[in-house]
Amino acid sequence: MTEFLQQLVNGITWGSVYALIALGYTMVYGILRLINFAHGDVYMLGAFFGYFLARWLAPAALPSGPEAILVLLVSMIGAGVVGFLIERLAYKPVRRSSRLAALITAIGVSLLLENGGILIFGPDPKFFPQIIPAHQFQLGAGVTISNQQVIVIVVSIALMLGLRFIVLYTRVGKAMRAVSYSHTAAALMGISVDRIITFTFVLGSMLAAAAGVLVAVQNPKIDPLMGIMPGLKAFVAAVLGGIGNIPGAVLGGLVMGIAEVMVVGYLSPTWRDAIAFILLIAILLFRPAGILGSNTAEKV
Amino acid sequence: MKRSILAPLVLACSLATLAGCGASGQEKIVVGEYGSLTGTDATFGGSTRDGVQVAWDELAAQGGKIGGLTVGEITPNDDEGKAEEAATAVQKIVNQDQAVAVIGEVASSRSLAAAPICQNAGVPMISPSSTNPEVTKQGDYIFRVCFLDDFQGWVMANFTAGNLKLKKVAILWDVKSDYSKGLKQYFTTAFTGMGGTIVGDQSYSSGDQDFRAQLTSLKAKNPEAIFVPGYYTEAGLIARQAREIGFKGPLLGGDGWESSKLIEIGGDAMNGCYYSNHWALDSPDTNLQHFVAEYKKKFNTDPDAIAGLAYDATRILFAAMQRLSTEDPKTFAGLSSKAAGTDLRKQATAKLRDMIAQTKNYPGATGQITIDANRNASKPAVVIQIKNGKKMFDTTTYPQSTPAS
Amino acid sequence: MKRLLITAATLAALVVVQMTIPRLVNPYVFQIIVLCGINVILAVSLNLINGFTGQFSIGHAGFMALGGYASAMFSLHVGKGWVAALTGAGVPAVVAQGAALLVALVLGGLLAAVAGYFVGLPSLRLRGDYLAIVTLGFGEIIRVLIINVDAVGAAQGLPGIPQWTNLFWIGLFVVAVILLSRNLAHSTHGRALFAIRDDEVAAEALGVNTTAYKVLAFVIGAFFAGVAGGLSAHFVSYLNPSSFTFLRSIEIVAMVVLGGLGSVTGATLAAIVLTVLPEALRSALAYRMVIYALMLIVLMITRPQGLLGNREFSWKAVRDRLSRRRATGPAT
Repeated sequence: MTEFLQQLVNGITWGSVYALIALGYTMVYGILRLINFAHGDVYMLGAFFGYFLARWLAPAALPSGPEAILVLLVSMIGAGVVGFLIERLAYKPVRRSSRLAALITAIGVSLLLENGGILIFGPDPKFFPQIIPAHQFQLGAGVTISNQQVIVIVVSIALMLGLRFIVLYTRVGKAMRAVSYSHTAAALMGISVDRIITFTFVLGSMLAAAAGVLVAVQNPKIDPLMGIMPGLKAFVAAVLGGIGNIPGAVLGGLVMGIAEVMVVGYLSPTWRDAIAFILLIAILLFRPAGILGSNTAEKV
Repeated sequence: MKRSILAPLVLACSLATLAGCGASGQEKIVVGEYGSLTGTDATFGGSTRDGVQVAWDELAAQGGKIGGLTVGEITPNDDEGKAEEAATAVQKIVNQDQAVAVIGEVASSRSLAAAPICQNAGVPMISPSSTNPEVTKQGDYIFRVCFLDDFQGWVMANFTAGNLKLKKVAILWDVKSDYSKGLKQYFTTAFTGMGGTIVGDQSYSSGDQDFRAQLTSLKAKNPEAIFVPGYYTEAGLIARQAREIGFKGPLLGGDGWESSKLIEIGGDAMNGCYYSNHWALDSPDTNLQHFVAEYKKKFNTDPDAIAGLAYDATRILFAAMQRLSTEDPKTFAGLSSKAAGTDLRKQATAKLRDMIAQTKNYPGATGQITIDANRNASKPAVVIQIKNGKKMFDTTTYPQSTPAS
Repeated sequence: MKRLLITAATLAALVVVQMTIPRLVNPYVFQIIVLCGINVILAVSLNLINGFTGQFSIGHAGFMALGGYASAMFSLHVGKGWVAALTGAGVPAVVAQGAALLVALVLGGLLAAVAGYFVGLPSLRLRGDYLAIVTLGFGEIIRVLIINVDAVGAAQGLPGIPQWTNLFWIGLFVVAVILLSRNLAHSTHGRALFAIRDDEVAAEALGVNTTAYKVLAFVIGAFFAGVAGGLSAHFVSYLNPSSFTFLRSIEIVAMVVLGGLGSVTGATLAAIVLTVLPEALRSALAYRMVIYALMLIVLMITRPQGLLGNREFSWKAVRDRLSRRRATGPAT
């Protein structure tokens, strides 16, 4: 029982990271119907921005609370800029072409960020400075949780609530919902569709960067290829929860995280990478709209 | 009209690049190197390249000649970390560049794919750091300058059972790595043979970030130590997370742990851990310290063992050429790029092979190297302890007899 | 009768190619020619799925892996015995090996085709990017499966596969997949595939059995990918699961896209270019993949239909052009 509860704690921590990345996927997909393959690499870039800033701020890796917050914010802004550039330079020119062209562009951007990262940062893993040293808390019954795990969960929840507020209660959020419903109709209502799409990209990239920094604080090893698998799995999480659906992405992320950890703990760890895709195929076959998604007929 | 010419033009250009890269005019000795300069294993290829570079630069500083012939600069060929690409790269080295010897690879899977090509062409290949026993069984032209995984597994088992006096060990290994799998098997066989038990067996995939699930399961089995026969990239994180979930015993590893990054990533969690390695940087050995100094001058960091092994492989090759040039200058002339494709070249590479095979007590940066009858390096392994964030030499283990392989 | 003659002539030409080429070029160039052939088979077969039918598969490496491993296992456990028995009975080694290889390749291809059927099934419900992710997932699952099965060598790979692939067999399957694609394009079935690509709903309204055709494209494409995997396994004589990653699939997609989705000529040329060009960059270190990525992006922005669009090479067009030029005189 202790072991099971401990695994559950591990799963929830890991799942909230997936949830943060999945949010970016779900927003972009909801608005553009595009799988932004480069999203996982923006997550990687977020971790690297945090790495450089943290090294610059505290060469001796002396931890402090305000610094940690600064690192998180600056890397989110940095990734937001990258998201803006990716959207303007690569995705916007192909928006009017086929969806296939857009998808291939997304794959190209992803490969570019990964291999550009190898060129610029070097292929070897970097050590992310310990801006928040680890402490253990006993949860009773032998189950422990570290303060870093708590931070991951708390920051994730805060960011998700913030996003929910933006989407539901602000003008720009309303515009986002309108654009995701129909580009043409939104444009006729006087919404600048281009600007909303850019805003969505920036917002999604910032969330991915936050996930990158949070993971790096907890597992302080970052490298240019670290975004591939989490990126793909977060997409699966978004589909699992119902793509385009924000609470769905969070739920999907948690389900994925817990499922993965349970597979590792009780079945075979080698199936960790496969379970995501098995879940995906199962959900697409039996409930293609996702857990929280509603079935909609395809428009002709 | 223009557009329809484009495709054939591109095709013609690409065919021309193929035909164009023949051997150039100047007479020299061509040595080839291949490695994973891109892809997930890019650090290995990079270290190998740097180690080879240091060896070549040293030769160049002394005039760059062996037996009157200039040794051409050794440029690496990228195999992207893929087995088929390694085969193609070595085909290029052997047939296009007409190299007289080949240095590479780190990963056994890629050495295995390339070895038959060198063997068929009669070109000696020296692997700096492929530790899987299968590699040198591919033929009598295939050598290595590192110890084997069966020896390494035995060393760690011996150390765990003998020096640390532990009986219950759990294993956490990398399912994506043939190296990790081999080392795990050899360790298990040796350790159970010494009366120990493996209480838990879990795996991960290289590139994973989160090992808490596996560690939680393993910890429930109450092991005294956890053997992690993987690479430093994961070992540091594993140590950190093991401490986090409350595992207090030592973590044990193999030469995959060797990197300056290990302690940086693992931090305090690495204290009290042990791993087997090719060298200990704090050893006063003059050959080692000479190489470390040269490497630092050039690249501004400490070398890892992969670089050291690449350095030794290159130097052993140069030494063999040197001996050939004095013992049999006539055949040695066959190593010149002018002799490519002739019978003399065939005799020369065959003789060069014999010279490499005769390497005895070579004072390398990674210890004294003797090439045995199976073309493997017979050399000691060291066990390193991590204490207060520093890697400290702990013991040296010599091969008792040639490991059965 | 004419068809028979052409077949005989093709086979004879392939035999001549196999007899002469290895003697004319060094083993490195030979290896590149073989790799070109394998990549042509992969690209043209993926073009059937992505180019003709307009579906999006990024799991071609998975089919290749299945075919490669299946044919290699057959050769190691059964084929080798057959060859020994046949050569013992006085059959020339080349013929015996060829026969065993053919059986192995067909077996590998069939297994991949069965997998193609099951991957193709969800394509009934899924469009575009969802299907892409499912095929990607399929490729990953295959790789994880191989890593977990010790009988096929797991992460250590499968060494010692007999080296039976030669230019005759490569050429045969290259010709087969190209001819099949071109004939398909000109047939009723091909028109049905194009209709699905251009407008699936309209195609269905016109009475095209979209379900059957979409799955069919997957099955044929997967079969040839499996064969290509088998040819590659029997050439390199070593298999390793790390050769069949997501990136390998992307490479094949890049070939199809560069050539022009839907163009057999384009896929063939692009496969050759993208096999040969990287050789020139082999010592250009890490820039290779960056150039690759940039090429994909720039190509999609400037020329999303690929270099050739969906045009095909045909002798008739060349003749027409030449005669037109002659008619207008050399002034152009």
